Amino acid sequence: MSKQHPQKQDAILSLDAIIKDFPGVRALSEVSLQLYPGSVTALIGENGAGKSTVVKILTGIYQPDGGQIVIDGTPTRLATPHRAAQLGITAIHQETVLFDDLSVAENIFIGHAPKTRWGLVDWSAMNANAQSLLDRIGAPISPKARLRDLGIANKHLVAIARALSIDARVVIMDEPTAALSHKEIQELYLLVEQLKADGKAILFISHKFDEIFQIADYFTVFRDGQPAGEGLISDTNSSALVEMMVGRSVDGVFPPRANELGETIMRVEGYSHPTEFDDISFSLKRGEILGFYGLVGAGRSECMHALFGITRPSAGTMVINNKTVVPTSPADAIAHGLVYVPEDRGGQGAITALPIVDNIALASLTSTSNKGFVKMAKEYALAREYTQRLELKAAALDQNVSELSGGNQQKVVIAKWLATRPAVIILDEPTKGIDIGSKAAVHAFMRELAAQGLAVIMVSSEIPEIIGMSDRIIVMREGRRVAQVSGEVVTPEILVKAAAGIDEANAA
Amino acid sequence: MSNEQIKGSSIPDRRNGSIARIIASWEFLLLGVAILIFFLNVQASPYFLDPWNLSDATFNFTEKAMIAFAMAMVIIAGEIDLSVASIIALVSTCMGFAVQLGADTTTLIIVALVVGALCGAFNGFLVAGLGLPSIVVTIGTLSLFRGIAYIILGDKAYSGYPTDFAYFGQGYVWWVITFEMVLFVVLAIMFYVLLHRTSFGRSVYAIGNNPTAALFSGIRVPRVKFILFVLTGVLSAIAAICLTSRLGSTRPSIAVGWELEIVTMVVLGGVSILGGSGKILGVAIAAVVMGMVTFGLGLLNVPGIVMSIFVGLLLIGVIALPILLRRFRARLVTSTGR
Repeated sequence: MSKQHPQKQDAILSLDAIIKDFPGVRALSEVSLQLYPGSVTALIGENGAGKSTVVKILTGIYQPDGGQIVIDGTPTRLATPHRAAQLGITAIHQETVLFDDLSVAENIFIGHAPKTRWGLVDWSAMNANAQSLLDRIGAPISPKARLRDLGIANKHLVAIARALSIDARVVIMDEPTAALSHKEIQELYLLVEQLKADGKAILFISHKFDEIFQIADYFTVFRDGQPAGEGLISDTNSSALVEMMVGRSVDGVFPPRANELGETIMRVEGYSHPTEFDDISFSLKRGEILGFYGLVGAGRSECMHALFGITRPSAGTMVINNKTVVPTSPADAIAHGLVYVPEDRGGQGAITALPIVDNIALASLTSTSNKGFVKMAKEYALAREYTQRLELKAAALDQNVSELSGGNQQKVVIAKWLATRPAVIILDEPTKGIDIGSKAAVHAFMRELAAQGLAVIMVSSEIPEIIGMSDRIIVMREGRRVAQVSGEVVTPEILVKAAAGIDEANAA
Repeated sequence: MSNEQIKGSSIPDRRNGSIARIIASWEFLLLGVAILIFFLNVQASPYFLDPWNLSDATFNFTEKAMIAFAMAMVIIAGEIDLSVASIIALVSTCMGFAVQLGADTTTLIIVALVVGALCGAFNGFLVAGLGLPSIVVTIGTLSLFRGIAYIILGDKAYSGYPTDFAYFGQGYVWWVITFEMVLFVVLAIMFYVLLHRTSFGRSVYAIGNNPTAALFSGIRVPRVKFILFVLTGVLSAIAAICLTSRLGSTRPSIAVGWELEIVTMVVLGGVSILGGSGKILGVAIAAVVMGMVTFGLGLLNVPGIVMSIFVGLLLIGVIALPILLRRFRARLVTSTGR
């Protein structure tokens, strides 16, 4: 690679000291980023480091609370997504945001379709233009095909054709390879090279180090919404990047591990699903915190959903408390002492339009009621007990959950599950998107639960958290269990390499 | 975050200002509307205050309100049942058919309840069992159930109900207090308890607000929805008994268009059409309001078409009002910065 050290004035687009605040959390704290014509800049960071927030600022969905966006040397406000598109900024998302029920040509030209002189859509021109764009990127797709009928790789190609159609100068690719096969990824690389040759500035977001080293020219690393490093890809290596991503402060901030584990409480053997995961086996002891690490899409949450009875496994058995069960519904799993705190707090965890007390009692309705009649005093007693243990901050127990901060909402969800007195609790990304203070409280509480003999499964994509909290870590990749590491000997490098599938030989 | 937030160890059970919240509540507003309409009616017609007239006026809402209570729970759970009026038609037709076979009053009631429950179970199976959208399912069964009634009955009418059957729709419990009025109050209390005091009611709110979180919390969502549709079928059957008894005959066009009036009643009562919130008390007051409006306009000899214009405007106003109020309040909150 013949790239020079970048000069800031050459940048098509640069973010200077951007700040973005959400209620209770500072998502971005004075981060900067430069994109150069004909170059690929990799944006690297853990989940929650602020990468998606940057994408949303660049595409005009979010407005920064501080700092400035400079395009071609002029400070610019990207007030709306439309404005960002006008300035030639386009994004290809993880799950591509396109219109399933429209044709490929319509997807490419939506918002700027060629018109006839009567002001109607000029279908023949649109289809012809779409065909030539698709030909240019070598996509074997008909412009008249319905998008729904295409695979994910071809949908990406449509998104790229769309980027070309609006004459984009800045192309953002947000984990574009997450759902692609090896061959499709190679084809995407060729396309990226072509975009580079056309002089586009590309922002490439990925967790996979091998692809970063293959196609990126520059890198920028974020950690917890703060800048953690930038430079030329040719000047760095994967362990240096991992160090920037996770920092060195992994030790010390987490509460100490429990000393003794109890007897085995749960054993899972050969859990499989037709598409999402395959042959997952593990065992779990009382007082143990078992971490599940992997990239987004590795099948961790899907596996937990099957354990909790939301989906059915195609094979496999589970033994809890010496009873063999394959839960057929969450109610079933709860009855056997297994509970699941979902990742999507607002969508699956809390019922935010209902009061705290109703939320906490929701999973314990049989124990707080008498022959089906609710005993409010019992509900309040239950809510008081668990909100105290979790140090919830709220004005009153009849306050709606929607009025609480993210961290406190998460405490309500955890309280709901603990109130069922489970034997095993699964926490899926328990501290995602919550502030540092609440994170520490949740971590301390997890330890306390383990010390009381509860078995904890924690799914997390945050490396410091998973290393700091877990007694044992299972790494999943593409639906399979690829590694198991003891919490005492684990390092960030081991996890990142196992999850991304970098073998020792070609790791730099 | 506001400063009033207190350390976890001392969160009070309830916020202060419960009286202020009662005054700001939808039910309180509705009660005001009810009183206002009552006095307007008193002003408008000298015949309104006559106890027997008032007693007659209750028939305008009692039968619909019985279904409205069950409908409220269905709507709070995020579903809807538009087939209720057609269930009345089918139930009434089946009772009429049973009368031709010489059934007595007890048999008629059993026939009605069984047919109503079966209709509800059919809806429930399609919605909860097969996961079809309730609005489509019940528009389908709206045609289906009444269609069956037409096939059985054609353009004839059944009559000749037993004399003691007349009590349900025409009987008085005490002085001007009708049997239907008493049934209305009893059902209001029963549904109040069911929705607000049982774990079943809690599940209904949870499902309406967030079906996924409800499922994840161990609530058997399909079962709850199935029960709600069966319940609506049974309440439609009870309304059909009262209506058939009051009219003394059955035609297949019985209770045409009631489903929309019932939905109007429920929404006017403060139940969110999007599901998740609402109270039985509000529905009960809304029933009285709608009954009085219809009756008052009737006393003034307002033609039926004008009445339906009025009910339509009332419904739009009622749906718009809370949304506008919320926007106004939100603006107030942001401008004062809390």
